[in-house]
Amino acid sequence: MGTTASQLGKDMLSEYQELTFLTKQEILLAHKRFTELLTKDEKDLPNTRVPMDRILTLPELKSNPFRKRICDVFSTSEYKDGGLTFEDFLDLLSAFSDSATLEIKSHYAFRIFDFDDDGTLDCGDLEKLVNCLTGETDDTRLTPEEMRQLINNILEESDIDKDGTVNLSEFQHVISRSPDFVSSFKIVL
Amino acid sequence: MTRDSLITSENDVDIGLEFEGLEDEVDTFQEEHERERHRGKRRDGERAKKKKRGNGERRKRASNAGQEEEKLQARREKKGRRKRSSSDQQAEGREGDEAEQPTTKSSKAAKTRKNVKNEKTRKVEKEEKEDEADDEERNAKRKKKHGSNNKEENVEDGNKHTVKEKAGEVKKKKHKKVVETSSEKETSEEEDSEEEDSEEKEVRPETLTPEELETLKEAVDERKKLIQGLRGKPWAMKKKLVTLRESQEFVEKYEGALGKGKGRKLYAYKVMMTKKWMKFKRDFENFKTACIPWEMKIKEIESHFGSSVASYFIFLRWMYGINMILFCLTFGLVMVPEALMGRPYGTIPRKTVPRAEAPSAMDFAVLWDFGGYAQYSVLFYGYYNNQRAIGWLKFRMPLSYFLVGVGTVAYSYMVVIRTMARNANESGVGDDNSFNFSWKMFTSWDYLIGNPETADNKFASITTIFKEAILEEQESRKDDNIHLTRFLRVLANFLVLCCLAGSGYLIYFVVRRSQKFALDGLENHTWWERNEVNMVMSLLGMFCPMLFDVISALENYHPRVALQWQLGRIFALFLGNLYTFIIALMDEINLKREEEKIVKFNITTWEASLYNISASENSTAPPVTIQPADVPRGPCWETMVGQEFVRLMISDTMTTYITLLIGDFLRAVLVRFLNYCWCWDLEAGFPSYSEFDVSGNVLGLIFNQGMIWMGAFYAPCLPALNLLRLHVSMYLQCWAVMCCNVPQERVFKASGSNNFYMAMLLVILFLSTLPAIYTIVTIPPSFDCGPFSGKKHMFDVIQETLESDFPAWISKVFSSASNPGLVLPFILLMVLAIYYLQSTSKSYKEANVDLKKKLQTQNEENKKKNKLAALKAQMDLEEARKATSPSAEHQKNNNASPDQEADEEEDRGRGQRMYHSQNGRSPPPPRHDGYLPATRAPVPRNYHHGNQGSAGYLPGFPRESEARMHRVSSLQRH
Repeated sequence: MGTTASQLGKDMLSEYQELTFLTKQEILLAHKRFTELLTKDEKDLPNTRVPMDRILTLPELKSNPFRKRICDVFSTSEYKDGGLTFEDFLDLLSAFSDSATLEIKSHYAFRIFDFDDDGTLDCGDLEKLVNCLTGETDDTRLTPEEMRQLINNILEESDIDKDGTVNLSEFQHVISRSPDFVSSFKIVL
Repeated sequence: MTRDSLITSENDVDIGLEFEGLEDEVDTFQEEHERERHRGKRRDGERAKKKKRGNGERRKRASNAGQEEEKLQARREKKGRRKRSSSDQQAEGREGDEAEQPTTKSSKAAKTRKNVKNEKTRKVEKEEKEDEADDEERNAKRKKKHGSNNKEENVEDGNKHTVKEKAGEVKKKKHKKVVETSSEKETSEEEDSEEEDSEEKEVRPETLTPEELETLKEAVDERKKLIQGLRGKPWAMKKKLVTLRESQEFVEKYEGALGKGKGRKLYAYKVMMTKKWMKFKRDFENFKTACIPWEMKIKEIESHFGSSVASYFIFLRWMYGINMILFCLTFGLVMVPEALMGRPYGTIPRKTVPRAEAPSAMDFAVLWDFGGYAQYSVLFYGYYNNQRAIGWLKFRMPLSYFLVGVGTVAYSYMVVIRTMARNANESGVGDDNSFNFSWKMFTSWDYLIGNPETADNKFASITTIFKEAILEEQESRKDDNIHLTRFLRVLANFLVLCCLAGSGYLIYFVVRRSQKFALDGLENHTWWERNEVNMVMSLLGMFCPMLFDVISALENYHPRVALQWQLGRIFALFLGNLYTFIIALMDEINLKREEEKIVKFNITTWEASLYNISASENSTAPPVTIQPADVPRGPCWETMVGQEFVRLMISDTMTTYITLLIGDFLRAVLVRFLNYCWCWDLEAGFPSYSEFDVSGNVLGLIFNQGMIWMGAFYAPCLPALNLLRLHVSMYLQCWAVMCCNVPQERVFKASGSNNFYMAMLLVILFLSTLPAIYTIVTIPPSFDCGPFSGKKHMFDVIQETLESDFPAWISKVFSSASNPGLVLPFILLMVLAIYYLQSTSKSYKEANVDLKKKLQTQNEENKKKNKLAALKAQMDLEEARKATSPSAEHQKNNNASPDQEADEEEDRGRGQRMYHSQNGRSPPPPRHDGYLPATRAPVPRNYHHGNQGSAGYLPGFPRESEARMHRVSSLQRH
């Protein structure tokens, strides 16, 4: 632990604390876990980007149906490959941490659910979302008829301006009243 | 494509927003863009220099303060506008905000486009500046600077693209910041950046006018606010870091300049202290989270089993905390003082093992039953002496005993009710089900799940939830045979009642029988006969729930309802058992009291005989010293009650642990290893692995706690024992869950049931304090044991203390306060207050419902309006399509604008529109807080019209128009 602390630097640590919802221990733990993902020669380079498939080996993300989306959303990579730097990783953990606000959680949730990155949840996004939630196997899949019904119901409820899509404000409006969004939108190392 | 367009639109929105206003504002804005870029390129090298220069400039400006004031005024106005625009821009282009970060490449295109524009605007600007001509010196400077800027710009445009891109990124951030905060200082820094005057080294606050100070202070405050709110912004870390560093630097630089002379020092001191305080607070937070016990364990479980199983362990931890407090109270204020300062063991009869029991007092069997030495120790009520004050501290032992007994109960009530209120606050909004489907969709995944098996179960349960919801939506399910189900349900309830009555009778019977055994003397009986009561109670508690589970299969309820029924029945069972136990105990207490009377009579005769003996042998002989072990004594029913509760607790704990080991561990081992040589698949088939039964475990915990509350008054050791038990079960259950349980098939949400458990805890607390208080108040204490011996009632100790330890007037006040004439009106007042509060809450609820209705109707109106607007737009489009193809683009925009004017409320692009309708429903989203000071007036509406108007001649115009024309464009393409 001592080595990681010195590697991270006191200034950086306090800045990260200022900028995230994480505590010092959590940041150090995150750093430790992140360096474990790095290969030998990557460890010496600052600001290495860990590719998505290696990030997804983390047990916390392994069984999450939205893992790829999560990486995509938090990645700042210019190649859009979902690779994460340590800072991206911290951003991820901060948004998913216990003390993050509803606002920031719902913002990222929206972006995770927005599969085509167009700023709104349209029927395609919702369909993908339902498929993610019901798993990959065929016996848990919904029939097309059920899917249509479900998506119609959702749009009926949350699409307030009736443009056929759910946008961020509508999404946040819906989410803000949910009793257990904040408690379940969490990832801890 | 989307990203690119987002970038451009983002950049252009800024400009567009400025265009809409006054011309000069545009100028300055562009200028700032320019400077920002400029500065971004060289900011690393020149930061230090700029500082000085900025200071010099300020001094200079202070000298011609008259002109300056006008300027300031103007600037402030600009600032306000800019801020508004920035907030607006935030609202529209949030995605754009973040998207810009990783895409330096695409920003290149935008930049070149803008450069052209900048060039244009700069020329215009120059001309206008000349017209203005109210500050010649400044003007000259500007021109000079522009000249150099242009030069530099050209050079860089030519060969330094990469540098510029980098700078552009920085610039963007800076630009945002400038927009948000006062730009005055930035300007002052920049204006002189070409001059090389470095005579001024330090900030000279004396030269600042009050207005400047004010603005400076405002700016610094805003920066601080920005720093604080930074973590709540959905930006990438790099951006946040840069913003943080710059803001911090800014704050540091100018903080010292605030205040004058003495005030300045004070201010600096205050700032320093706040910094220190912040650091301390953060460290303290870190420390606090590090101190939470079992955090890692619980997190591990959370990731394997989801939040509902973890909620049990969190509940267990919470319980542990409460018991820790109870333990500290009893241990610190009762047990330790008595052990240290009270008379030592063996000095008086109540503190010695009687002669008859002495030989077996150290036997393990006896100690295990809490007899022998354990019985005559600080662990139980009987050991305590009724001496008013003990030790050199003059510790009031009986009073302390009584107050601790009351205090533990009061504390428990307080904690439970407070927690309930907090939970209710948190989940209070969740009761309206207007977003039934959306919630199921958007919030049903538990992101904590890290185990593929749990994930699979979760998938399945989500699918069933969806299917159920669809079914329910389509039609309320038809019951195939309603009479049969009704009959079955009645039958099931009848069976359950039979079970409950049977178990109650069994316990009563066993308790009575054990009394008979006790009268015979425990030694002649087998182990089973001695421990019958506890064993029967534990076994009932173990097997009856299973029976209920089987019975509930008859009822064919929805799983959620079935669970509630199941919990209710187990609750009734436990409660019934506990109360039968208490009733049997009461019988026993009465028996003991009869016995006590006889003993009391015997003792007087015994004492008399003793006296006679000593009198007859004359005074020369030394007075006979009687060993305290030989003194006959009463049965001491309080200790008996305490012992019963301790035994019950112990046997309950044992059964819990043993069932855990057998039911979970052994089963898991058998299933795991016998599976290799068995004829069917044990893992998937019948025995399989056990699930973790959250509700059952929580109930067990709650009842255990009820026993503690009930018995703690008579056995001060109970909280300590319970603490031990909780500690062990934390580790044991954590281990058992991780190694031999499988995730639940039906994964329940944790939040829904939280307050349900709390309510149960409260009920149990009430029900368990009831008998305890009853015995304390009505039954007179034993005459020869315990801290209250010799008193008529236990609570007489209060009166005694009041009379002897306090001045007379206090006891007078108390006695008059306890006078029925005062108490009755007080109770009446309380009742009235409760009635009043209840009626107000009712009216609030009604008002709530009314408001909800209003909102709904308004919403519907909005929808109608929207539909109309959309129709109109579509019709306009049809016309537009008929028009010639090259001008189609232009026409569309033109048509959109009047449409907008007609429907001001709704038609402002998607972002605004939605934001607005949300405004109608609830207070505006908090995300503006970081940008807008509270006093800022709402965004002026017509603002957007100019915005829309500019759409025509700004390339790649915002998402607004794009969004607005969503359907349109798709129509056109086809």
